[in-house]
Amino acid sequence: MSAQQQGNGADQAWDTGAGSMGHYDRFKVVNKNERRVDALKLALGKGTYTDDITLPGMLHVKMLWSPHAHARIKAIDTSEAERVPGVVAIYHCFNVKPIRYTTAGQGHPEPSPYDAMIFDPKVRFVGDRVACVAAEDERAAAIAVKKIKVDYEVLPAVFDTREAIAPGAPVIHDEPDCTGIAGFDPKRNIAAAMEVGHGDTDAAFAKADLVLEHWYSVPYQQHCALEPHVAIAWLDEDDRLVLRCATQVPFHSRRILARILEIPVQRIRVIKPRIGGGFGGKQEVLLDDIPALVTLRTRRPARFCYTRQEEFSSARTRHPQRLRWKTGVKKDGTLVAQELEVLANTGAYGAHALTVQGCTAGKTLPLYRADAYKFIMTTAYTNLPVGGAFRGYGGPQGFFAMEAHMDEVADLLGLDPAEFRSKNILRPGDENPLAKALGEGKEGPPQKIRSCGVQECIDRGAKAIGWERRLSFKNDGPIKRGMGMTCLMHGSGIPGVDMAAAFLKLNDDGSFNLLVGATDIGTGSDTILAQIAAEQLSVPLSKIQIYSSDTDITPFDKGAYASSTTYISGTAVQKAAAGVCEQLKRAAAEMWRHAGDPTGCELDQLSCEDQHVVRPDGKKLSYSEICLSTFYEHDQHQIMHYGSHMSFECPPPFSAHFAEVEVDTETGGVKLLRYVAAVDCGVAIHPESCEGQTEGGATTMMGYALTEDYIFDGNGRLLNDTFRDYKQFTSLDVPDFQTILVRTYEPSGPFGAKSVSEIPTDGPGPTIANAIAQALGIRFRKLPITPEEIRKAWLEKAARTSRQPAEARV
Amino acid sequence: MKVRLTLNGEPATLTCAPWEFLTEALRRHGLIGTKRGCETGDCGACSVLLDGEEVASCILLAAQADGHAVTTVEGLGGFERPHPIQEAFVDATAVQCGYCTPGMVIATQALLAQNPAPTERDARECLAGHLCRCTGYVKPIAAVLQAAERCRAGDVAKTGGRS
Repeated sequence: MSAQQQGNGADQAWDTGAGSMGHYDRFKVVNKNERRVDALKLALGKGTYTDDITLPGMLHVKMLWSPHAHARIKAIDTSEAERVPGVVAIYHCFNVKPIRYTTAGQGHPEPSPYDAMIFDPKVRFVGDRVACVAAEDERAAAIAVKKIKVDYEVLPAVFDTREAIAPGAPVIHDEPDCTGIAGFDPKRNIAAAMEVGHGDTDAAFAKADLVLEHWYSVPYQQHCALEPHVAIAWLDEDDRLVLRCATQVPFHSRRILARILEIPVQRIRVIKPRIGGGFGGKQEVLLDDIPALVTLRTRRPARFCYTRQEEFSSARTRHPQRLRWKTGVKKDGTLVAQELEVLANTGAYGAHALTVQGCTAGKTLPLYRADAYKFIMTTAYTNLPVGGAFRGYGGPQGFFAMEAHMDEVADLLGLDPAEFRSKNILRPGDENPLAKALGEGKEGPPQKIRSCGVQECIDRGAKAIGWERRLSFKNDGPIKRGMGMTCLMHGSGIPGVDMAAAFLKLNDDGSFNLLVGATDIGTGSDTILAQIAAEQLSVPLSKIQIYSSDTDITPFDKGAYASSTTYISGTAVQKAAAGVCEQLKRAAAEMWRHAGDPTGCELDQLSCEDQHVVRPDGKKLSYSEICLSTFYEHDQHQIMHYGSHMSFECPPPFSAHFAEVEVDTETGGVKLLRYVAAVDCGVAIHPESCEGQTEGGATTMMGYALTEDYIFDGNGRLLNDTFRDYKQFTSLDVPDFQTILVRTYEPSGPFGAKSVSEIPTDGPGPTIANAIAQALGIRFRKLPITPEEIRKAWLEKAARTSRQPAEARV
Repeated sequence: MKVRLTLNGEPATLTCAPWEFLTEALRRHGLIGTKRGCETGDCGACSVLLDGEEVASCILLAAQADGHAVTTVEGLGGFERPHPIQEAFVDATAVQCGYCTPGMVIATQALLAQNPAPTERDARECLAGHLCRCTGYVKPIAAVLQAAERCRAGDVAKTGGRS
């Protein structure tokens, strides 16, 4: 069944992009695998990341981190530390002004509680900031950190979310000046809470033939961007603060720094150089303030770079959650009601506490049609590391629960998991029933589906992996084989919130400078945005010189998050390029008129083709000729234009993932044999980059499914804080991987594009869990599914089966 | 102290403290292609060749390189003449954020010098010590195989660059 055929009942006038598929044949630059604009320099080792410069007189900063999960700082004695040769300054809560803010790195006003300070007289997790030392070299700073004496009043700590929100729990944010939104109740350790719904869930559940309800659980996860958080600050010749920072959000960083350092935005310049991966971790304004503070106080350049261990213990993480999924379904497999309850752990601070958990419902629930939906969410503070933005942004947590649950429902009804999903999945023209209720800290704009290739994702994914083979696995030996699948959707930007801008100008050789605020953090957005400009201008990609991003030079962009860059920033670029095309035509017409040859020079008669403005009679002027004329000869002006874009629409990309696994019942080991990800991201601007996003996003989450977790001692100290002890997937672990790009055309996107970067992270958790469930006949409702858990469950099942032969099916 | 070595084919002297690791000494010498990812020898971003063998420069004391030949990613090729391995990583779209790429390029050079016709399994093992959170390794594995093909065609693996 094709996407168009599914549109029964949809508004016939509603543009689903089906009529625009012919565009695929006309693209010259987009939808092509161009050489990425930055790849060669990076392969040569010439890419200059934040830490690849050294400034004369630069100070190095080291942080003293809290050894306690919860304590009040009564006094700090720095006298011995100050005597370490090379130490220049030491800052802490007794000499830095207390201003509450959120480190979340979101737009203004942030939908996260203001519960953090540069230095706080209270520490709330092992790894919280206590004091920083700036010294002539890193070694001196590290030695001095150890000599700082802190008098702590150690407080009782709480590590479990259920205990944290129970009466009598230690209050983590007892300070009177912290503020929040949407259910913020710090006296009960609640960072955010909400209850929203659509329709009458009680009535809908009453109609159901089967009601199923289970709890699921997902762990901490660390971004593991290979480049750690790092920032270098200095004062320029105008006494302005320059911050060169590994950030996804230079403009938000500038705004937030201005507030907490109490200097004007105008006096700050944030430069985003090459970034070595972000994945949401660098959306957080995590360390930007520290070198900035040191520089403002000492008037010297300052550098602060996290170690890998600090990344694990003191940077941000994926919020762990417990989730209760309840589904009402008719005997024929029609879903009628869905209810999701989330109890999330945001750790010591509430950055993204509301919005990540909002997306846990917002990305998942609307994927399947039902009469009624309910979402109940509580995000608790605990004395553990802090949750934050992490690629997928609540989606992976929710999809694990939902898509494991859907398999359980299908299993109980005796339906094929793929057919059960197809029966209930949303169609073009469907309204998102929760869009209004789940806006970012305010009411969201209504959402209605245009392009939707999810059924084709299911069909082509199933064919690629050989879905029917799952019925013939013998599984009579100790090694059991299984296959699982899931359906996914995500979003493209934050509707009604995210704005991006681009600036484009013509040079005298017919090349263009494209200045974007969008932050390429390794995603390939510099290439993609340059492709969009080139396509619109009708020039080869090589004619576009892109620069991103610098708050002094490039226009504003919300930053690299929320799967927004291609869709939002890309449209801004397209608008800028369309404006430049208009100016090129005007300038060419004027040149022809000036030369006494005005025939066919009306703007609607001219076209931009292959680096020329062309007249109906075939006469043409090259962009270079036009630029030289406008620079030096006639009608003198700079051809340049800008584009800004904000969208009230948030078209979801769709996907279906399939996994085939082997589980060794004797060791509990899982071997991933095959993985297929079929993706509808609209028009893939750079197909191989879309594959790369899919492969990388999925591989990260294979670790989430099987190996990655935070392990704490009884006092909240992280035990596995190295790459050696925190097991992520390597080249030896990744299975045979196939990405299928399903073609659709999104009418609201630039050249038909939607997002692609986050949706792959939603899939592997449930897909692999479903495959293991088929292999073993055991349902794991908690990630990661480790060999220990598998072996334990297998032995329990064996014991049960031997006691009660009648239950052998379980 | 002074460390005398052959660096990217040329005699060089690195000035460093006795406790300093090679990564720091190289980076201070301007060779920023050698990256810091973990400083515990786990991630592969700092890989260089020491007498043709791949080593983690973040856990090798700079002093230990005294009298040896060190090749960094800059030693394999430049803008004027990129090494076929570097070209292969670009053309296979194996470069995303690029932070792990120099280490992977070095690892590929070490592999191809020993084994000019690696299998897919060899390529996976070659990259096993190189963590990458962007690519999922699919395209880097393809890049290693593509690099082998190009190097065989041009027979430059053994003599590649100035190493």
